[in-house]
Amino acid sequence: MKPAFSVLFFTVTSGIGYGLLMWLVAMQLLRGQVGELQNFLIVGFIGLTLATLGLLSSTLHLANPKNAWRAFSRFGTSWLSREGVFSLLYYPVILIYAYVLYTNGGELTTAIKVIGVVSLLIALATVICTGMIYASLKPIRQWHNPLVTPLYLLFSVTSGALAYSMLGLALEGSLSHLASNAFVILLLTSLLMKVIYFKSIGKPEGSTIGSATGFTQAQVRLLDAGHNADTFLTKEFVFDAGAMKLLRLRWLMIILLFVVPLVLVVATYTFDVAPAVYFAMVSLYLGLFAERWLFFAEARHVVRLYHGDQRA
Amino acid sequence: MKLGLVIDLDTCVGCHACATACKQWNTSGTIGPLSDQNPYGKNPNGSWLNRIRTYEVKESLADQKPPSANQQSSCGSDKFDLYALATKGESALSFVGVNSATGAPASKTVHMPMSCMQCEDADCVTVCPTGASYKRAEDGIVLIDQDKCMGCNLCSWACPYGARELDETQGVMKKCTLCVDRIYDEKLPESERQPACVLSCPTSSRVFGDFDDPTSDVSRLTIERGGKGLMPELGYKPTNRYLPPREKAEVPAMVKTNQPALSKLKKWANRVIAR
Repeated sequence: MKPAFSVLFFTVTSGIGYGLLMWLVAMQLLRGQVGELQNFLIVGFIGLTLATLGLLSSTLHLANPKNAWRAFSRFGTSWLSREGVFSLLYYPVILIYAYVLYTNGGELTTAIKVIGVVSLLIALATVICTGMIYASLKPIRQWHNPLVTPLYLLFSVTSGALAYSMLGLALEGSLSHLASNAFVILLLTSLLMKVIYFKSIGKPEGSTIGSATGFTQAQVRLLDAGHNADTFLTKEFVFDAGAMKLLRLRWLMIILLFVVPLVLVVATYTFDVAPAVYFAMVSLYLGLFAERWLFFAEARHVVRLYHGDQRA
Repeated sequence: MKLGLVIDLDTCVGCHACATACKQWNTSGTIGPLSDQNPYGKNPNGSWLNRIRTYEVKESLADQKPPSANQQSSCGSDKFDLYALATKGESALSFVGVNSATGAPASKTVHMPMSCMQCEDADCVTVCPTGASYKRAEDGIVLIDQDKCMGCNLCSWACPYGARELDETQGVMKKCTLCVDRIYDEKLPESERQPACVLSCPTSSRVFGDFDDPTSDVSRLTIERGGKGLMPELGYKPTNRYLPPREKAEVPAMVKTNQPALSKLKKWANRVIAR
C-alpha cells in the first residue's frame, strides 16, 4: 500500500496526543491529586492539540471532504465511523473534566473522577478503532493480523508515557519516575510484539494468483494487465519499495524507535542527564514515522495478484 | 433475487468491448460521469468499472497431484465451490494437458474480465463510514450513493477484486451498478434489459441473470460448466461466476521427418511445375 503522509502524520501524532492525555488523567486519578493547575492545563492543551492536528490531517486524504460530516452515521458497522464518533465525543468529556477541575480548585471529587475514567475509556476506544480500521481489512494479510490493534494501542500509550515524563521535566523540573519506568516496560513489550509481528507476516500465505483467477491446479502468469498507463488500482495498491530498502528501514526503525529512546531514558536513572528525554522524544517520534511508513509499505493488497504478483 | 454475471473464460477473446460499452453507458448513467485524466496524452487513465486482464495458464508439472488429492483440495467441504462438483474428480485443469508429441506442458491464454462480484458478504459496504455504499436487499446489487461518498478510499481497500475506483475529478468512488438503470427500464424492449457489457459481448461470453432462480441461464451454466467464484478463501461470497475453459481435443503436433534428398527434390519440382 502506498504510504500517504497525511495518514502517517495522523496515526502517529494523534496517537501521542491521546496517549499523553490518558497519562495525564490516569496519573491524577492514581495520585488522587491534581498538582499545579496551570501545568495540568498546559499538558492537556498540548495533548489535545496533537490529537486535533492528527485528526485534521486525516481529513486531508479525503477526496470529497464536504461529505466528511456523514462519516459519523455508520457506527454500527464501520470502524472508521466509530473512530470518528469517539474522537468527537472525547472533546466535550475532556473539556468538562478540565473545566470542572479548574473551577473546583483542583480537588478531585467522585463525580470528576467518573468523568476522568470516561475520558480514559473514550481515548482508549479511539485508538483501538484506529487500529481496527486496518486490522479489519481481509484483503491485506499484513494488516488483518491480531497484533495490529494491540500495537497501535501500545505505541500510543508508550509514546504518551515518554511525553508525560518529558513535560514533567519541562514544567516541574523533574521527570515522572512512574511514567519513565512504565515507558521502559511498555517499550520493551512493544519491541517484543513488533518482532513477533514481523515474524508472523514474514512468509507468503493465503491468496495466490491461482485462487485469484480460479486456476488452483495450474501455473498462472499475467501476460497483459489491460492498460498501458497507471490506473487507480496500481497507484493505490502497487507500491514496491524494494526488499533491501525495507530491511534497512526496519533496522532504522528499531534504532530510532526502540534502542535510542531506551538507552537515553535508562541513562537518566544513573546519570544526571534528565534533558536526554527531549532527544529520546524526537527519536521516538521519527521512529514511529518509520514504523508507520513500513506498516503501509510492507502491506500487500491481494489486488496485486491481478497485476503480476504470484502470492499475497 | 441474487443478480449477477456468469463469464465464460472459454469463449472470451479479450476484445475489451464489454469495458468500452460499460464506460459508454455508465458515464451518462446513474453513477456518471466516469472521468478520464489526460485521455489523449501520454499516460491516459480514468475510472473504469470493468477491466480485462490476460493470463497464461499452464499445467503445473512440479505441483502435480493424484486426482483424489485434487478433488479434496478443490472440493472439500466448500459448498460454494461448484467447480469442483462439476469436474467429476478430474484435474481442475484437465483441458491443458501435456503435449503427447513433445512432452511440453500445453498452455492456454485466458482473458479475464473483472467487474464488481456483487458479494453476499460485501466488506466494502460495512466499512463505509458515510453509508454511501449499500447492498440492495431486493436483488443484491451493491451500489454507491454518489451524493454521500466522501472519497476516503476505505471501501476500495476492503475489496479484494479491485472493483472500486476513485474518480479523481469528482473525488467519489465508482463501481459497477450491474446497469441498474437498464435492467429495470420498462421502456426498453425486454431483450435489451441487460447490462451493457452483456449486450455488447460479441462471443456471448457474458450472461446476466438471477442466481437464486435454479432454472435461470446463470444457475444452469454454473452447474453444468462448474462456474467458480474468485478468492473464496477470503469469505466474501462473490456472486459472479467464471466458467473454466472447456476440455478440447489435443491438436497433434506436426512432426518433421528426415526425408531423402531425392524426394525433397521431387516435391520442389512438383511445386514449381504446378505454378
